[in-house]
Parts: sequence; C-alpha cells; structure tokens
Amino acid sequence: MSIAVDSNAGARPAWADEAVALLRRLMRNRLTAAGLVVIGLLVLLALLAPWLAPADPLRQDLARALLPPGPGHWFGTDEFGRDVLSRLLHGTRITLFIVVLVTVVVGPLGMAVGVVAGYFGGRVDAVLMRLTDMVLSFPSLILALAFVAAMGPGLDHAVLAIALTAWPPIARLSRAEALTLRQSDFIVVAQLQGASNTRVLLKHLVPLCLPSVLVRLTMNMASVVLTAAGLGFLGLGAQPPLPEWGAMISEGRRYMLDSWWLVAAPGAAILAVSTAFNLLGDGLNDALDPRQNT
Amino acid sequence: MSARPLLRGVAGIATSLLGLLVLTFLIGRVMPLDPVLAIVGPDADRSTYEQVHRQLGLDQPLAVQFGRYLLSLAHGDLGQALLTGNPVARDLVRVLPATAELATLAMLIGVLLGVPLGVLAATHHGRWPDHLARVLGLLGHSTPVFWFGMMGLLVFYAWLGWAGGIGRIGLAFEGNVPTVTGLLLLDAALAGDAPAWRSALRHLLLPAAVLGLHSMAYLSRMTRAFMLAQLSQEYITTARVKGLTERQVVWGHAFRNIRVQLLTIVALAYGGLLEGAVLTETVFGWPGFGSYLTGSLLLGDMNAVMGSVLVIGVLFVSLNLLTDALYRVFDPRAAA
Repeated sequence: MSIAVDSNAGARPAWADEAVALLRRLMRNRLTAAGLVVIGLLVLLALLAPWLAPADPLRQDLARALLPPGPGHWFGTDEFGRDVLSRLLHGTRITLFIVVLVTVVVGPLGMAVGVVAGYFGGRVDAVLMRLTDMVLSFPSLILALAFVAAMGPGLDHAVLAIALTAWPPIARLSRAEALTLRQSDFIVVAQLQGASNTRVLLKHLVPLCLPSVLVRLTMNMASVVLTAAGLGFLGLGAQPPLPEWGAMISEGRRYMLDSWWLVAAPGAAILAVSTAFNLLGDGLNDALDPRQNT
Repeated sequence: MSARPLLRGVAGIATSLLGLLVLTFLIGRVMPLDPVLAIVGPDADRSTYEQVHRQLGLDQPLAVQFGRYLLSLAHGDLGQALLTGNPVARDLVRVLPATAELATLAMLIGVLLGVPLGVLAATHHGRWPDHLARVLGLLGHSTPVFWFGMMGLLVFYAWLGWAGGIGRIGLAFEGNVPTVTGLLLLDAALAGDAPAWRSALRHLLLPAAVLGLHSMAYLSRMTRAFMLAQLSQEYITTARVKGLTERQVVWGHAFRNIRVQLLTIVALAYGGLLEGAVLTETVFGWPGFGSYLTGSLLLGDMNAVMGSVLVIGVLFVSLNLLTDALYRVFDPRAAA
C-alpha cells in the first residue's frame, strides 16, 4: 500500500501529474489517440457550432429542398431545404448533451447502489442486487422503450430512460470492488478510529472505486450514443425539428432512395462518434489495467 | 446435484420472474401516462372518464391491482391490443415466429463468420487476420444497426437489385404459403413451393446479415480472447513438441477446450439479437415482434407494449438460465 505524502504542496497537484501521465500513455496507442482526437473534435464542434455552421439548422427554404451535396451545401439539403451540414454540426450538441447527462446520472447512481450493497452486505446487499438483477433481466433497449412509452416521447425522457437502464453494470462493478475492499486493513482501521459509515463510504471506498467506474462509464458511452440514436430513429427521442442524428435518419428515410445523403451523413456521424468512444474506452481499459498488457 | 443448489436455482427463477412482473406492472401503471386517457381520448367528459377509470380497476389499491394483474397473467391474458383489437397474447404468438426466423439466421451468420474469424485472429496474433478481426469487431460494435440496414437496402435493393426489399416475401406470394410453423422458409419448403421459398430467402438474407454483423463482432472478439488464453498454455506447447500438426493443435486441442465457453456466449448473443431485432425489423418492415412493439409504442397502446416487454423479459431470463444449465451440463467442474 502506498502512502500519499503531500510534500510537494504548492507544486502541481498529484492528480494533475497522474492525468498527464495517463494522457501520455493513452496517446502512445495510435487507435486510442485517434478516438481521443475525434472526441476532442466533437467537443470543439459542439462549442463552436453556431459559428461554424454555414446556415441556421432550422431555417427552411423550400425552393432549395433535397439538393444533392455540392458547393454551398456540402452535405446537401433536406426535404425542407435545411442545410444538412449545419444540422449535423448542431446535432453534436445534442449528442454530447445526452452522453454527459446520462453519464452524470448513471455514475453516481450505480456507484451508490453498488458501494452500499458491497459495504453493508447481508440483507441490504441482497435487496439491492435483486433490484439490479431485475433491471438487468431485460435487454436494455427494450426496457428503455418501455420507460419512454410510459413517460411519453422526448429528449429528456429518452435521457432518463437510458439512465434508468444503464446503471446496473456500474452497480455490479462497484459492489465487487467494495466487497474486496471492505475487509482490508485500512478500512478496519478507519472503523476502529470511529469513522462513521458515511465517512468510510465517501472518503475511502468511493475514491478507490472511481477509476474502474470511470473506465466502465467511458466504455458505456458508445452504447449510450447508439441507444439515443435508436430512440430518436424510432421517433421516441428528440423530436423534430431538433437536429438529433437518429431523428434526422428517421426523417430522411422517406426520401432515402433519391436523396441518400439524408440518411448517409447523420449515420456516418453516429458511427464516427461511437467508434471514437469505443476506442477511447478500450484504450483506457488497457492503460489502467496492467494485467491486460500482453 | 444436491437439493440445495437446485432449490436455490428455483428460488432464483421465481424471484427473477416476480421482478419482471413487478417492473412491467410498475412501468405500466404508475408512470405519468394516463391509461384512461389513452382509451377515452382527451375530449371525454368527466363521468365517462371515471367510469373507465373504475372499469380498469384503477380506483383500487396498488396491491389489489397487482394481484389482478398476476391473476390475468396466470390465465395467459395480457389484455387487448388497441391496434389489432386482438388479445395481446394471440398477437405475440402470431408475430414471434417471424422474429425467431430472422434472429436464428442472423445467429447462424454470426457464428459461422465470427467463430472462425476469432480463431484465425488468435492463431495469427498481431498479424493481418488479427487486425481485420479487430476492425470488424470495432465496426460491428459501433455501427447503428438501423442505419446499417438502411444503407444495405439502398445498395443491395435499390441500386443492385439483389435483395428482396421490404417485408418477408414478395407481394405475389403474400398469403399464398399456408402457415404451419410461422417460419416462412420452413412453411414454403413444406408446401413444396420453390419460387415462394426463394422469394422468402431473398427477403430474409439482408436483414439477417445486418443483424448478424453485431453478433459476429461480439463472437469473434470473445473467440479470439478464449483461444489466446488456451494457446498460451503448456499443454499446447506439449502438443506441438509431440509433433502434432498445427491444425490438430488448434482445432483438436485448443478449440475443444473453449467449446463450453463459446456455447454460453452464443446463447447470450442470441438474447442481444432480440434487442437488435426491434430496430432492424422497423427498417425492413419485417412483421415480427419488433415492428409490433414499436407500432404499439407510437400509438401509446400500453397493453401491447407491456405484454411484449414482459414476454421478451421472460425469454431473456430463460435464455440466461438455459446458458447456466448448459454450462453445468457440459463443464463437469461447474457442476460441483
């Protein structure tokens, strides 16, 4: 067990050094680096979308409907004459919004359930894990569909539905970590010193579970992107005229045979983003798990 | 097997099923969407509303409602579907064979391509078959299946004219094949109708290939990992030293030892196909469970939605249990 000593107070904090070291290790793998670059680009595009987009993503111009890709409209126009490239660019914001929101809900929720179950054990564990298994016993997309059906379609509801179905793996993972940790000496020492359960959970268990949970959350982001796009495609996620990529595919479907770009472009965007998240997740997993370094 | 693990297994199944029921019940009854409004519409007056409210038993305590729900389920009653006017249970029996046919062919494609690819990647670790498997695995994991299906339709149906397009069979054959099993390929073969069989196959291949890509990606990845673990062990070195051919070493020794693991993975992947089927069927107008579910969803037909979700949940749980059981049967170490 290593002891953290704050000898370099005033200098860069230890976590910053670690983050830089991790980033350097990630960039060494070319595929992971590619994933990181695409995600960085996604964030950048989302931030700058209003300035980068050549046109208003919602402005209709029926005289210029269904134009093929070409100068002026690099990705063509849709059935209302809206510029597809501008819609794609603004769509990055929705995609990021979904990914971030789902992750922010799922991480703490899953970790709370898992750490509490693993630390207290016994009945608490049995009840919480039963609950987890209950949710896991449905394919996640189908359960998300059921939630959206009950709540009504919409972007917020889609996010909530995805979050409600995505926490069990995180709970399982943090429970396993908490189970192995709760017997260790430093936890027992903390308890003997009179630390409350809340303190042990928040100050000792949660920080130690965090790295593996973060890796798992990153690996999960690709499937969040895909599920959100699927819900949008089924007409249950973001509603028109919002330029959500799945919804754009759904709208473009009717014109697909003549205007293939309406479907091809948003789909390629989804593919690029989910590939990037998968690459980053795999890379993080390899970098943080030395056992897999073969 | 002694009685205790068996008992625990039965208790596990019972609680899983009860969990499924509670969850579907809660989603169906407690969520904000008002089931009365779905039936009477927003323009109904107060007395009609309350009458329907009472008829549905919604004025009763939740526990009573749940009891009634269980009771009707015990009679195989999932309620009436608004869309078709039929009992949901009968609708599901009608649509599930179409999904089973699609998912089974997809699984076959996934296994026949994914497993050899995984083995090849493991035996050529770090060389081009390995990279190929990795790229395919990554794409299979990252591609939105509904988009892939639409691009497939665009290329193979609209541009090349190879695939059959929307639906299960050509319009000319629609309704001509007598339903025996509900599996159209099998029914056409039983009827001895070769043109209908060919038309059905042409319609089935593209959606099955699209759906199968995902399982192929998953299976090749897992096969590769399993094989790599085996190939690094000492008995493999022994076999090589003994002078066995590479083929005997790979297929006769290493592959033999991963068969049980593979079997469980295949069963799990089959469950994943049920999920992919929802989106794929919507794209291909495939009249199976997925189209039924999404159609009901868009109409707000909660009976049909919850019935479908429950049935899928039960199928999913049974698949997992079956996997567990297979593992015990085939791996003597797990039975202890």
